[in-house]
Amino acid sequence: MNKKTHFSFLILGIISLKLGLFFGLLAGAQYMVPEFLKEIIPFSQMRELHVTMVISWIILTATGCIYYFISIDNKLAFPKLEKAHIIIFGLTGILILISILTNNMGGREYMTYNPLLFFPIIIGWLLFAINYYQTIIKKIVFGPVYLWMWMTGILFMIITYSEAHLWIFSFFKGDVIKDITVQWKSYGGIVGSWNMLIYGTAIYVMSKIKGDDRIAKGKIAFFFYFLGLTNLMFGWAHHTYIIPHKPWIRILAYGISMTEWIILGSMILNWRKSLNQKQKINSPAYKWLLSTDVWIFLNLVLALLISIPTINLFTHGTHITVAHSMGTTIGINSTILIAAIFYIVSKENKFSLNKYKKRLNIAFWLFHISLLVFWGSLLYSGYLKGIWDQMDMPKTSFSEFITDLKPVIHVLVSGGLFLFISIEFITNPLIKALINKSKK
Amino acid sequence: MNEQKQNLSVFIILILLFTVHTYTVYTSGTENINSTRMNTSAIKGKALWQKNNCTSCHQIYGLGGYLGPDLTNVYSRYGDGVKSFLNAGIESMPVYSFSDKEQQDLLEFFKSLNESGFYPNKDVEKTWYGNIKIRDKTR
Repeated sequence: MNKKTHFSFLILGIISLKLGLFFGLLAGAQYMVPEFLKEIIPFSQMRELHVTMVISWIILTATGCIYYFISIDNKLAFPKLEKAHIIIFGLTGILILISILTNNMGGREYMTYNPLLFFPIIIGWLLFAINYYQTIIKKIVFGPVYLWMWMTGILFMIITYSEAHLWIFSFFKGDVIKDITVQWKSYGGIVGSWNMLIYGTAIYVMSKIKGDDRIAKGKIAFFFYFLGLTNLMFGWAHHTYIIPHKPWIRILAYGISMTEWIILGSMILNWRKSLNQKQKINSPAYKWLLSTDVWIFLNLVLALLISIPTINLFTHGTHITVAHSMGTTIGINSTILIAAIFYIVSKENKFSLNKYKKRLNIAFWLFHISLLVFWGSLLYSGYLKGIWDQMDMPKTSFSEFITDLKPVIHVLVSGGLFLFISIEFITNPLIKALINKSKK
Repeated sequence: MNEQKQNLSVFIILILLFTVHTYTVYTSGTENINSTRMNTSAIKGKALWQKNNCTSCHQIYGLGGYLGPDLTNVYSRYGDGVKSFLNAGIESMPVYSFSDKEQQDLLEFFKSLNESGFYPNKDVEKTWYGNIKIRDKTR
């Protein structure tokens, strides 16, 4: 098995993460000092560089992990298509950066680049789909849940990413409500799709570390898979409760979102059970996956609360929503992907990370403490913004409010800075190990 | 084998429901109570809004970046005075040089937004089970 291309996805993913955090820090500095770099890269470009790079980290790393994992037990159907896939994504990444830096933008939230870049991106996904389905087609029906999750993630990424571009048609772009609905319905699906790719990866790694495939098979595993899929399809409207579309859209989304209490309940039950088990696994990947559990718990509680329309009324349009998205992107998605890379690196060479053990341990704790500070300050900022939003006129001006918010933003950016440092400590040994393996 | 068949059936049923749901959302579900169809000038204004990536700092219905204020009802607050902000370049806002025609297009876009609804919407009815009924422009 030639693993060079799988590793290239992972290396590009890690580079994207580093750049994403770097641009995020600069954007944070612009929050504190509005004139900072304004003439060179204004906030409207800096934020998009940050967002694009972080999304690239998630997509590229998840893709690399899936190619790697399915190639262990199967012969990849079309290795050349995988190469074409990474070349297309790599070149498109450069074009996206050029598009943002030259202000040639489509201006859609999270997809700010020129909409023509939709074509190479969707071609990349189609190549991935062909390769994936052809490789595992005979196994999927009887296969473990992660094969289904990856299949669904790829399929729905193609569907929802295409749906997100419906706005170019006048039926949608000429109508305020339809336009907003296209955006948030499809984005809910896109996030759900990459969650499928990532959670599938988490289940795969956990089952391999424990040497127990039961967690990926059986009725319970598939029940939670279908619950996730239902939320991906129908739960999106908790982002748009406040939009004046038909009330049934709101009620349906509210009902579907509340099914996540089942996930929360199951997590608590599993924890109680695990207290009685004395299984000790000494693996960095396992440690990272355990830490993911804590973030899933915190973010699930937050997500459930802000999905209740009467609470959402207060939290919508505030930094609490950002806490939700950053908490899940960093606390859940990124910790799973870091765990998966640790698993791959250890599988390739058990001893390659031994000399970094102490450093990695410190960085692990620095990562989680900084994230907690970062997340907490976002929640507090959101609380203050919620109060400001609900005030009756006359209230303080928006710029006065932003000035009052600055001390909290200082804490937020400090959290971001330490997060950046911890990621440097964590990813440098990983990227070195992956480059070394690629050379062989 | 039965379990596999069951899984496949659930998957197919969900896909079918998703298709019906998507069609209904984009047709009757978003047929708005308020007048939300934009005129040609407003559509051009919206294109300018997107091209300059205004959403990175501003929100519409609370969706977007938080560096600047929400602009859903900026028109009802400032009327034609909105134009005076467009090229001002205050604080973090980039210095734009929109022509008179472009300023008018943006103004039309803000008018359409304003007509579509309210944000933040404080006049909502809360139900016992946590849902909300929002006020629309026809009430």
